[in-house]
Amino acid sequence: MCGIAALQLRNPSLHPKMGSLLSSMLCQIVDRGPDSAGLAVYNTPGLLSPGRSTLSLLGRDQGMTTAALTAGVAALLPSDAAAAVQVVGDTTLVGAAVGTDLLVKAVTETVPAATIIGRGEHVAVMKSVGHPMEIAAHHGLEAMAGSQGLSHTRMATESAVTAGGSHPFSVADDLCLVHNGSFSNHATVRRNLKREGVVFDSENDTEVGARYVASRLQQGDTLEEALVNLGNVLDGFYTLVVTTADSMAVVRDPIACKPAIIAETEDYVAMASEYRALAGLPGIDNARIFEPEPGKVYTWSL
Amino acid sequence: MVTLTAPESLETAVTAEAPTVVDLSGSPVRSLNQALHNAADGQSWTVANPGGKHSLAVGINADVSVTIDGHAGYYAAGMHQKGTVTVNGNAGVGLAENIMSGSVHVKGDASQSAAATGHGGLVVIDGNAGARCGISMKGVDIVVGGNIGHMSAFMAQAGRLVVCGDAGDALGDSIYEARIYVKGTVASLGADCVEKPLREEHIAELAELLAAAGRTDNPADFKRYGSARNLYHFHVDNSTAY
Repeated sequence: MCGIAALQLRNPSLHPKMGSLLSSMLCQIVDRGPDSAGLAVYNTPGLLSPGRSTLSLLGRDQGMTTAALTAGVAALLPSDAAAAVQVVGDTTLVGAAVGTDLLVKAVTETVPAATIIGRGEHVAVMKSVGHPMEIAAHHGLEAMAGSQGLSHTRMATESAVTAGGSHPFSVADDLCLVHNGSFSNHATVRRNLKREGVVFDSENDTEVGARYVASRLQQGDTLEEALVNLGNVLDGFYTLVVTTADSMAVVRDPIACKPAIIAETEDYVAMASEYRALAGLPGIDNARIFEPEPGKVYTWSL
Repeated sequence: MVTLTAPESLETAVTAEAPTVVDLSGSPVRSLNQALHNAADGQSWTVANPGGKHSLAVGINADVSVTIDGHAGYYAAGMHQKGTVTVNGNAGVGLAENIMSGSVHVKGDASQSAAATGHGGLVVIDGNAGARCGISMKGVDIVVGGNIGHMSAFMAQAGRLVVCGDAGDALGDSIYEARIYVKGTVASLGADCVEKPLREEHIAELAELLAAAGRTDNPADFKRYGSARNLYHFHVDNSTAY
């Protein structure tokens, strides 16, 4: 089944509560996919800071000490980049005041085996295998502030239960995609993208969706256009949530087999697989609650 | 706080004026459903803090009145046999699935597959219903105040579906029988579903259904749809298709 919970906070006074709200949403969708989970948080102080890129690496152990990793990365960057490494739960975050391309190069030269699961100035991505609530607690989600957050509990169908196969897939700066459902023609689309030079990290069908959206955005599509194009190219049953540095989008396949429900207030827009994940949000009784129409792309910007 | 009344003390605790309140913020759905299965005719129940939980008030087999005060999750009032269930909010996927008789009334919207395979009774949705409303309906009456999604009344076999708003694509696809009344637009008709004349007896039937749902729409404003009955029999021209 898989469960999705996503939250965009319009009212900055709610930013300190982002993690606790997202955590309460996540706890209601665990039943939908208890094998693994992933989290993405945006503009979270302590994890991310303006003017610095951050890479999220899968796993707390990168085969060397934190000090050695920091020194290795710093040695490959300009002296004023102030590279820093911190371990959050099962995730290693590497930040520096350089562009992501340069940081990716420095990290992959220092740790060739590293799996990069998130990149950008505004987003940190955390994934692990196990019970989603334990994963959220292990990463300290409850205490995190931020402007947007995204979480996914997975019931693996198209690829193995591994941390790398967890959502969200973040394959371009500040872009995250989570998916409930499956893409039936992902192998074909993957082959076509590979032919265009796109490199893949996993066998997961969702990564194909994320790589496709990233490729469209790079070609100049708006987020809405990219998701309309995705609907024309990728076949299957799906509900998707895509976030960027300042936007959130929801789209369902034209048959709309996979559930989705949205609540909107002046303070936030929240999306989940089921209403019960939204039931604890502040002001939910007066929210505009609706199910997204099949095949229609919804976007909201901060 | 749990105010669930133990089944053995129901007779003294329940009166017609005071509904038994079950607060789901501190009580499991299983206890609610068990208490409703043990309930006696004439009782009233209120479910507080439903929080979108699944399978609320399923399998009721007594002439009770149940009010769910908030949003219900999946399969609310499924397999409903008797009495009335009112949802003061929205309902999730599979509302009143396989309802046999009695009535279910949702004041808000309903998600996909509302009243699927219903054999009898009345399901009223004041708001919109999602895709596949009344799929494989077998005798249930459904009145929707707003719009319905695509593939509604798919393979419908008996009963009536009344839509006061618009209908999505492929309405009544592969319909056997059942009568469909739509006041608004129909995005497209499914295989073997056609518009049919709205005669006096249909207006009378519609007026009765609208009144039962507490609505004041004018029956003459609706169009009627039903089966062209072309899929009933094997057609030799199609033999190469198999």
